[in-house]
Amino acid sequence: MSTPDDKQPVKKISIIVSKGSLDGIYPALIMANGARMEGIEASLFFTFFGLNALANKTLDHLKVSTVGNAALNMAMPMLGLPITMPFPTVMGAIPGVSAFATHLMNKEMEKLDIPPVREFLELISDSGGKIFACKLAMDMFKLKKEDLMDRVDDVLTVGQFYEESAGAGTHILFT
Amino acid sequence: MKKTIAGTEVDVNEEGYLTDASQWNEAIAAAIATEEGIGALTDAHMKVVRYLREQQAKGAALTIRSMGKSGVVTTKELYDLFPGGPLKKSSKIAGIPKPVGCI
Repeated sequence: MSTPDDKQPVKKISIIVSKGSLDGIYPALIMANGARMEGIEASLFFTFFGLNALANKTLDHLKVSTVGNAALNMAMPMLGLPITMPFPTVMGAIPGVSAFATHLMNKEMEKLDIPPVREFLELISDSGGKIFACKLAMDMFKLKKEDLMDRVDDVLTVGQFYEESAGAGTHILFT
Repeated sequence: MKKTIAGTEVDVNEEGYLTDASQWNEAIAAAIATEEGIGALTDAHMKVVRYLREQQAKGAALTIRSMGKSGVVTTKELYDLFPGGPLKKSSKIAGIPKPVGCI
């Protein structure tokens, strides 16, 4: 896209990922990968439940949140149902419903060539994007660096994350 | 609109992408590469460019993921070869439309 002189291009984005559900993680991965594709630097800082996407034992099994997700009607067309059909929250609590919704979502994403979480993190890392884990959240959830997938660049404190994000043209996003 | 690239008049859109892939030749590729700051095209660049043209001719949707899995180039190599926008710049040099996907 052309950049008029009065518009400063985005040079770098730092995305803080604090949610650990499949639907909480993917937007951040897509935005980070998309940034790299546009020649924009990207770093991801996983904190709190976002660490679910970095822990080796959990990252291949992330689920769509079906409880307390008032917008689940959006997924109804995947079942051939109208987008306006509400999804009763109580149903989301039934065992297997979250797994089923996750299965549906994964299938749709594969069709669009959206990779699974592990492959997506590898893709972002290969593209020069940086992947960081929050030290405080690691301590809280009793995680060690060796519990995380191998593409994690570093475990950072909040201060180090801000240092890493320094520079004019950096945008920090919180998800 | 018309633009003369490497001595050949070609049809391009407002972003400089060729609108007719059949007007492309290697001299045009070299000229666009210089304009895009990629510099001289090596065999490795041309392998990617030819693969993109083949895929485009087949009507395949091009994504950074499919490129990395193509066996033609790894993701890292693609970013190294075409810094500042691997799929955008390689497509422009290959004389094919700008990829529309987000992946």
